Amino acid sequence: MKEFTPAPDSASIVSVTDRIKPVTLGMAVTSVHFLGPRAAFVGGEENVALVDDKGEVTTVPVHSGGILSTASDGKRLIMGGDDGKVVSLDAKGEVTPLATDPKRRWIDAVALHPDGAFAWSAGKVATVRSGKAEEKSLEVPSTVGGLAFAPKGLRLAIAHYNGATLWFPNMEGSAEFLPWAGSHLGVTFSPDNKFLVTSMHEAALHGWRLADNRHMRMTGYPGRVRSMSWSAGGKGLATSGADTVIIWPFASKDGPMGKEPAMLAPLQARVSVVACHPKNDILAAGYSDGTILMVRMEDGAEILVRRNGTPPVAAIAWNAKGTLLAFSDEAGEAGLLEL
Amino acid sequence: MSEATASKIPVTVLTGYLGAGKTTLLNRILSENHGKKYAVIVNEFGEIGIDNDLIIGADEEVFEMNNGCICCTVRGDLVRIMDGLMKRKGKFDAIIVETTGLADPAPVAQTFFVDEDVQKNARLDAVVTVADAKWLSDRLKDAPEAKNQIAFADVIVLNKTDLVTKPELAEVEARIRGINPYAKLHRTERCSVALADVLDRGAFDLDRILDIEPDFLEAGDDHDHDHDHHHHHGHDHHHHDHGHGLKHYHDEDMQSLSLKTDKPLDPNVFMPWLQNLVQVEGGKILRSKGILAFHDDDDRYVFQGVHMMLEGDHQRKWKEGEKRESRLVFIGRELPEKAIREGFESCIVS
Repeated sequence: MKEFTPAPDSASIVSVTDRIKPVTLGMAVTSVHFLGPRAAFVGGEENVALVDDKGEVTTVPVHSGGILSTASDGKRLIMGGDDGKVVSLDAKGEVTPLATDPKRRWIDAVALHPDGAFAWSAGKVATVRSGKAEEKSLEVPSTVGGLAFAPKGLRLAIAHYNGATLWFPNMEGSAEFLPWAGSHLGVTFSPDNKFLVTSMHEAALHGWRLADNRHMRMTGYPGRVRSMSWSAGGKGLATSGADTVIIWPFASKDGPMGKEPAMLAPLQARVSVVACHPKNDILAAGYSDGTILMVRMEDGAEILVRRNGTPPVAAIAWNAKGTLLAFSDEAGEAGLLEL
Repeated sequence: MSEATASKIPVTVLTGYLGAGKTTLLNRILSENHGKKYAVIVNEFGEIGIDNDLIIGADEEVFEMNNGCICCTVRGDLVRIMDGLMKRKGKFDAIIVETTGLADPAPVAQTFFVDEDVQKNARLDAVVTVADAKWLSDRLKDAPEAKNQIAFADVIVLNKTDLVTKPELAEVEARIRGINPYAKLHRTERCSVALADVLDRGAFDLDRILDIEPDFLEAGDDHDHDHDHHHHHGHDHHHHDHGHGLKHYHDEDMQSLSLKTDKPLDPNVFMPWLQNLVQVEGGKILRSKGILAFHDDDDRYVFQGVHMMLEGDHQRKWKEGEKRESRLVFIGRELPEKAIREGFESCIVS
């Protein structure tokens, strides 16, 4: 398969399930990221499994305990654990300890900046270490739910209870609070740096247009949104949490305000994870019944990548070029698909 | 217990006012040779000296759900910790949540009702309250938190009984019973209680709601039966095997209300009434429980609730010869007894 070509006249869904290279990881998996040519499957605890395009598995111990948070820029993967440590893993499989919480508190969230700076949180405190190894910390009013760096400048978004805080770590007194009642768990900037979106404890997203902090409420999900992925160019934000992939439009200056989201690939199962292709307007969606579909955003055409009948899909990622798709269910039954 | 329930990790909530002996009980649970591993969520590190178990520090961060229900508060830190713990599933058999001495147990319990992910993986087993036999009577007068913890309990460990005289013990027990006659009460010294009495109680398991009877201290009941009733009320006194009356108190603002009928209830009237009652009075109602016999229904219906949250289901067929009696219990503060009784009466099929 060279491109996304569902046959228009086929009675049943096009399937590429026979082209999958199956990989059995033998561990619970929570996320996957590409590190150069290899897929790094992050275990629920202790290990990362690096898998090359031939399906060869190398297991690397990274934490002595649960792995709570991950972030990757494609070159390295940084992780926070319940052992109080922040570590990084590179494409060669080398593990570098980056920080240790003095009280060994859980590292609940991590974030990685394109220029090499990284951030982590333990309890209410978010800490940023920039390229010059300078450390800056900020305490927010309640436990940090999520962290994200802005695409431009050294600016960190911190999700917590009753809103999010935007902070330039190198500018004293720059913390700006964006209020919205409720518990905010995940956070992401739009690639054009115009919007901030949080996923909440309740089944909803909340957004702010950063030019004027105008609110955007994105509701109607039957379940909590655990996975968000920006489409190529940031035109849309694809999300899990419903029995269809929900894609909020962000192409206009108003973002999704007053607009309906696209609802694609409906199944009798809940979408558990989404990953947009890095270049084309297609995405891969995993479901609670183990199904994985590739979906063309333009018209919702689908290709079956993985059949149902397993634990929920826990992890999906594309490599940087968009030529390789890696995925796993919660139990570590994984696979690779070359496009 | 259903299969789905059995596969969920049981969670015991351990409450008790400052100094009552929560940490003693916790250490006892952890050090006993039971072959089980616990994940323990505590507020203070360092007081628990047991390796081999997962000890997690928590911050008791309570937040309100955005669902228009004012008493619907959950422990956000628990949601997060449960999420993290589930990554280590298989590494522990049960979870114990220790609250601070001043905590209201409701947000902890409600977390297990409203959070979808928490509910998928864990089940609330019981609220266990450790009470100080010497000081509880005083705390019930000046600390609303202590009263909440007693009212909310499924199991009460009345500790430090060696520090009080028999009349003092009778006094404090009567005070507890004035608030919550339904919890299982165990008298202990240094929290010496059988683990089976505090763990794996299934107090929130609909399948295990068998009867709703006040818990009496029968076997080995050696306390002093004095008849010095401080607040003598005109209502029925429960009687012991020995025929002695217990000391009897009626707490002025926290009480339990029991309703009973052997006539069938109309589900089309009862359900909306109950829903409405907890919507309107849910702030006052801490716990509710019921076994119901509906008109033209051969199944027992059971429900239980915490504040405004209710869950209920058909439990099993009424057995042959079993008395088809409906019983409801509410524990709460300033319960509008008359309105509740009248509302309940109106649900009876005439």
